[in-house]
Amino acid sequence: MGALSRREVLKASAAAAGALFASASRAAAPEPTAITPSLVEAARKEGKLFYYTSVDLPLAEKIAKSFEAAYPGIAVRVERSGAERVFQRIGQEYASRIYGVDVVNSSDAAHFIVWKRDGILAPFVPADVAMHYPADHKDADGMFASFRVSLSPIAYNTDLVKREEAPKSFADLLDPKWTGKIVKAHPSYSGTILTATFQIVRELGWGYFEKLAKQKVMQVQSATDPPKKLALGERAVMADGGEYNVLQSKESGGPLEVVYPTEGTPLVVGPNGVFKNAPNPNAARLFQCYCFTPECQQLIVEFGGLRSMHPLVKDKGGRTAFRDIKTMKEDPAGVERTSEDIKARYSKLFGV
Amino acid sequence: MSIALPALGAPRTQRIDLSSPILILFAAFLCVLILLPMSWLIYFSLVDRNGAFTLDNFKTLVTDSAFLDPLTTTLILATSSSIICCAFAAPMGWLVARTDMPLRRTVRALVTASFVTPPFLGAIAWELLAAPNSGLLNKIYRATTGAPPDEHLFNIYSLAGVIFVISAYTFPYVFVLIANALDRIPGDLEDASSILGGGTWTTARRITIPLALPALLAGALVAFLQAMTLFGSPAILAIPAGFHTMTTKIWSLFNYPPKPELAAAASVPLLVLTVALLRAENLILGRRGYSVVGGKQGNPRLVRLGALKWAALAFVFLVLMCPVFLPYGALLNATFSRVATSFVTFDNFTLHNIHFVFFELSATQLAVKNTFLLGVASATIGTIMALVIAYLTTRRAIRGYRALGFLATAPVAIPGIVLGVGLFLSYARPPFVLYGTLWILLLAFVTIALPAAYQQLQSAFRSVHTDLEDASRILGSTRLRTLRDITAPLLRTSVIATWCFIFVGVIRELSAAIMLFTSETKVISVLIFDLNESGDLGAISVLGLIMLVITFAVVIAVNRIPGFGEARLRNA
Repeated sequence: MGALSRREVLKASAAAAGALFASASRAAAPEPTAITPSLVEAARKEGKLFYYTSVDLPLAEKIAKSFEAAYPGIAVRVERSGAERVFQRIGQEYASRIYGVDVVNSSDAAHFIVWKRDGILAPFVPADVAMHYPADHKDADGMFASFRVSLSPIAYNTDLVKREEAPKSFADLLDPKWTGKIVKAHPSYSGTILTATFQIVRELGWGYFEKLAKQKVMQVQSATDPPKKLALGERAVMADGGEYNVLQSKESGGPLEVVYPTEGTPLVVGPNGVFKNAPNPNAARLFQCYCFTPECQQLIVEFGGLRSMHPLVKDKGGRTAFRDIKTMKEDPAGVERTSEDIKARYSKLFGV
Repeated sequence: MSIALPALGAPRTQRIDLSSPILILFAAFLCVLILLPMSWLIYFSLVDRNGAFTLDNFKTLVTDSAFLDPLTTTLILATSSSIICCAFAAPMGWLVARTDMPLRRTVRALVTASFVTPPFLGAIAWELLAAPNSGLLNKIYRATTGAPPDEHLFNIYSLAGVIFVISAYTFPYVFVLIANALDRIPGDLEDASSILGGGTWTTARRITIPLALPALLAGALVAFLQAMTLFGSPAILAIPAGFHTMTTKIWSLFNYPPKPELAAAASVPLLVLTVALLRAENLILGRRGYSVVGGKQGNPRLVRLGALKWAALAFVFLVLMCPVFLPYGALLNATFSRVATSFVTFDNFTLHNIHFVFFELSATQLAVKNTFLLGVASATIGTIMALVIAYLTTRRAIRGYRALGFLATAPVAIPGIVLGVGLFLSYARPPFVLYGTLWILLLAFVTIALPAAYQQLQSAFRSVHTDLEDASRILGSTRLRTLRDITAPLLRTSVIATWCFIFVGVIRELSAAIMLFTSETKVISVLIFDLNESGDLGAISVLGLIMLVITFAVVIAVNRIPGFGEARLRNA
């Protein structure tokens, strides 16, 4: 499922683990919905919607503001925390029959397997998704699609580390010279990090984390935080974290540089979905449609540093093209099966 | 002339009016507040995921190092903080109450400012100051000494760092207790000692210190309990350092997949320890409590410090650097700086953070509104409840007043996070689904505030003579009317102080709120905590400063309500 470019989508489609985006039968998905005046009108009557997301807060608010500018009179309330906390909160709220969430975006694609299995997602296919998105980036039953794609690379602070001394691989991070200099985020809070941890464990084994845990790493929670700690100069190197946050910071003049490790970079897909019990069903659907339009996708690429699966979206210059990066393979079903074990084992190793 | 006597109440018997309905109403309400959540908590700690009885949760608790380590850490943390608080607050309290040190009123006001600062905000501010590499203080240290880039003077992400920050925001409790106790010690007792030939230091040793000792002990205990039950500061500083305290551990048990049974079991040691310590305090203070009986009392005598007074003032301001000057400086700096831990210059000055919080962050308005509403509602309801209960118990107005007094004091034994877990377990399921509404937060905040409010108003009632009430009753007023027309006006100052105390407490509250909030019921403290998770330090600084402005504005406004307020601002 680790499709990165359209070329690779074709190549990899056979190998893709079919659990998340089964590409064979699409009969169950509902008819695609375009943004029509009647949908906008119905959404405006509701006047607001709740967007639970794990994407970095300034970006999430930017998306919200651009939607509000496009559809005045519909306010977007952003609820942002780490994907694992978002997942836990929705679970907690639903258990008490509190239906607060309209649209969700999670950087842990495995969550959508659970929500779909629980039958709490609404089948809804925005026109852009139906028309433009590759088959393995949309659910066969139309429950969700890849709103954003990103990576969890290594990065370093260029004021503190010279380019030639920077780590090239995950294995390099185990060098004693990085002891006390590494910051990393936590898989119990961040979906990006849970996904990345799963892939690294699969490729390198737990031995890697056992050694990394002895490097006196600074442990933060959200995947958006390590790049910020690098930018402050609090630590020299990040072992994981959002690529998009590194790119954002770097492009606004921060002393950051990204490293795509030689072992491959963990790939993180963050789908969007609408809830069946959404309190503002029309606004939710309008927002879901908007999220996949070229405008919004261009915004998250341009401003946010994310990668888009929309073919009409242009890459921003100066960034390493997606197809040139060696990535690890994504496997949401695998994450779903092992997440509890990963969190428990990780907490034991790192003490928190 | 005053003499020190063991505390005695004046037993009185009264005709019953309205007593059983009031008793039942309040007792029922207090049960809902306290007994229900605690029962659920105990129940959950004794069942497994399928609801079958088990002791496994407790077995895990005492055998798994994932629980034993945080417990040990918490005990070390609480003990050290308690000692540090007393070591600094006691001399400061004495300097302010008993010496001729200059700027004594200013010092008291500054301690109040540090009390108003939420500990989690202080912790974030200290991250800005003393993170080993990016911290402002470490930057200054490297710049002035030429030390290499990875050397540092302070590391806030450490056990010592957590102890330091917790102490900095717990010491106001100890300070206020000690300063108030010293204020109340009548001067004539000390005069008597002097007349009998005791020098300044003999008098201090034989009169002042023994009389202040109960307050010091109470202060040590309060500091211990605060440090043990605090959630925000350890969550912000201990997790990056790679360790848990009990409160952060309990919180982490609600990560997916949630383990409420284990969280309930892990809450029990905190509960037991608190109850045990409060019992111990009672046993010790029961014998050592003095109430100072008498008519007019002399003002406390001030010790002349001479030239030492400037040294004393320097010491006090050095201490106040930690909770007040440095953190606020760091927050202000981060508000206007492009990079939170760079000093503001012309090059990196920005208004972006302010713009972001006010115009982009969609949760700001809601969180400010909720916080304000909850603060006002909790303070009003809490004060009224505390007032009624304190009246009923001090005047022994109804049968069963002891039970009422006990129930009102009981929440002091429930750490915020434990109460949060308990309330969540009680009110997140039918028949009472309050989770998702502001009501559950209101319940939590009132419960948390009640013991202190009750204690304050109880001592206020004790200080008001019953003669006037009796006169009103003899002239035919009902008890409630007497309360309204006679007693309440006499208690004005205390009532306002209590109201402000609860309001400030609500603004500071994070540990229960973090368990109970939903998107619609977010408060500023939770919003700040979420922002910290993703490292948005500039936005936090702006919100933190907004929070302080609101707090001070409300406290000052309440004190100025015409005809009702006009009381002087006091140390809460």
